Amino acid sequence: MNRLLYRKLKDRLAFFLILVLALCPTLPLFHILLGVVKQGISSISLEFFIHLPKPPGEEGGGVGNAIVGTLMLALSASLLAVPIGILCGVYLSEYAKGRFGEAVRIAADVLQGTPSIVFGIIAYLWVVKPMGHFSAFSGSVALAIMMLPVIVRSTEEILRMIPETLREASLALGVNYWRTVLKVIIPTGLVGITTGILLSLARIMGETAPLLFTAFGNPFWNFNPMQPVEALPLVVFKYAISPYEEWIRQAWGASLVLTGLVLVLNLSARLLARRMGGHGR
Amino acid sequence: MAARTVTDPKELAIFEVRDLWAYYNEKPAIRKVSLKIPEKKITAIMGPSGCGKTTFIRCLNRLHELTPGASIKGEILLRDKNILEMDPVLVRRKIGMVFQRPNPFPTMTIYDNVIAGYKLLGVRLKREEADRIVEEALRKAALWDEVKDSLHKRGTYLSGGQQQRLCIARALAVKPEVLLMDEPTSALDPKSTAKIEELIVELKRSVTIVIVTHNIAQAGRVADYTAFFYLGELVEFGPTSEIFTVPKDPRTEEFLKGKFG
Repeated sequence: MNRLLYRKLKDRLAFFLILVLALCPTLPLFHILLGVVKQGISSISLEFFIHLPKPPGEEGGGVGNAIVGTLMLALSASLLAVPIGILCGVYLSEYAKGRFGEAVRIAADVLQGTPSIVFGIIAYLWVVKPMGHFSAFSGSVALAIMMLPVIVRSTEEILRMIPETLREASLALGVNYWRTVLKVIIPTGLVGITTGILLSLARIMGETAPLLFTAFGNPFWNFNPMQPVEALPLVVFKYAISPYEEWIRQAWGASLVLTGLVLVLNLSARLLARRMGGHGR
Repeated sequence: MAARTVTDPKELAIFEVRDLWAYYNEKPAIRKVSLKIPEKKITAIMGPSGCGKTTFIRCLNRLHELTPGASIKGEILLRDKNILEMDPVLVRRKIGMVFQRPNPFPTMTIYDNVIAGYKLLGVRLKREEADRIVEEALRKAALWDEVKDSLHKRGTYLSGGQQQRLCIARALAVKPEVLLMDEPTSALDPKSTAKIEELIVELKRSVTIVIVTHNIAQAGRVADYTAFFYLGELVEFGPTSEIFTVPKDPRTEEFLKGKFG
């Protein structure tokens, strides 16, 4: 009898331990969200979104230029990475059975695990040095290389899930392989591919390191991709290590905006992925 | 063993298969099959699982060779032209196919599914022409009355039997000379099966049908001619009535009695 009680107690204890451990990964997330909202909410105002930063010592000002810059970087990085990433994913799922395909797959996986600052160095060598100055374009090159592996692998996996019978339905109508890929396979997997793109965007939008010596930062409005541009993570980085209280407060505000953006992207990706259960219905 | 081809001399053959061999990684799945498939008739390909039925009809529209490691040897004449020497894409435009499981394109509406053969090929149709093709194909597939008010809904909303008839309409819309059907009712309930069988018989007025079935009764109900395959060989071929009443080969007789399969 005593033994049974002991076992039951052990069972309870194990369950409790697992519960506590399962909470561990959610704890930092809630702490971050709570902290960012608590410290950042006071900076949020219309002015914060649409104004330029003020010089140190002056009250107010905003991060409008950084928001524009981040959106500009995300957009141009997507323009570079999305077509290449999708085509590469299509290649891997449809054509690549042999060694070359395996090599591309490994390359994508290694790229995914590469420290982000390395992408900054690559973009510095490829773009900044030949151009002779920092630019939004070089930043988007760095971010695009970071997006690539996520898009490639998610596209490949989604397309692999599309049943063979759908390909055959199209081929049996006398449609050639390339049109089948373009008009049947990609549209069928589009929701999943979009999910991959959103996740890759969520990943790069918060990156600071690849921008340090590419996009560089810029305290003024800039809409020219060939000029340096501000970005939210750069603002957070610069303001947070500054000695000015006002700037530190604004760093929290910028963190809040950035966290919100990434959260929205992640949640939309999740919603899309859930919708995909019914195969693009 | 040599196959007996007992095609009625009165019938005109649309397909003439000569010494056809089909392989998966050098392993033969079809062994030296020769037969003539008569035009505007229903020919059933019957036999136990793994006898090469599906492989055989996948040779007829050259889908077989898309399987990695697969190859074909021999001749398949479609109105005296060897389709193995033609561009497979062109072959498939003349020879439609309906698969085991209904496979409408999930991103397309019912309407777009029917004219998918044109849309995917990039053929531009005038509105009225497209409407006409869609209605005609859906009527032929006995689906028009059920879907005429929901043409712009997704094809995947339909029931399994309706989806299969949609796939038949899709194949018919491009006006093929031959319609290949690979066990088209194996994933359907008895009621939908009956409806499709009725439809198949109706369709032979306009198109030649080759249907694979492992269901003996189905072959008996719909087919004018029946070919019995066993282990990749054509054991017997002839008018269904003859094959079912006086089979010449003991293997056919055993199969019909339900001894294997």
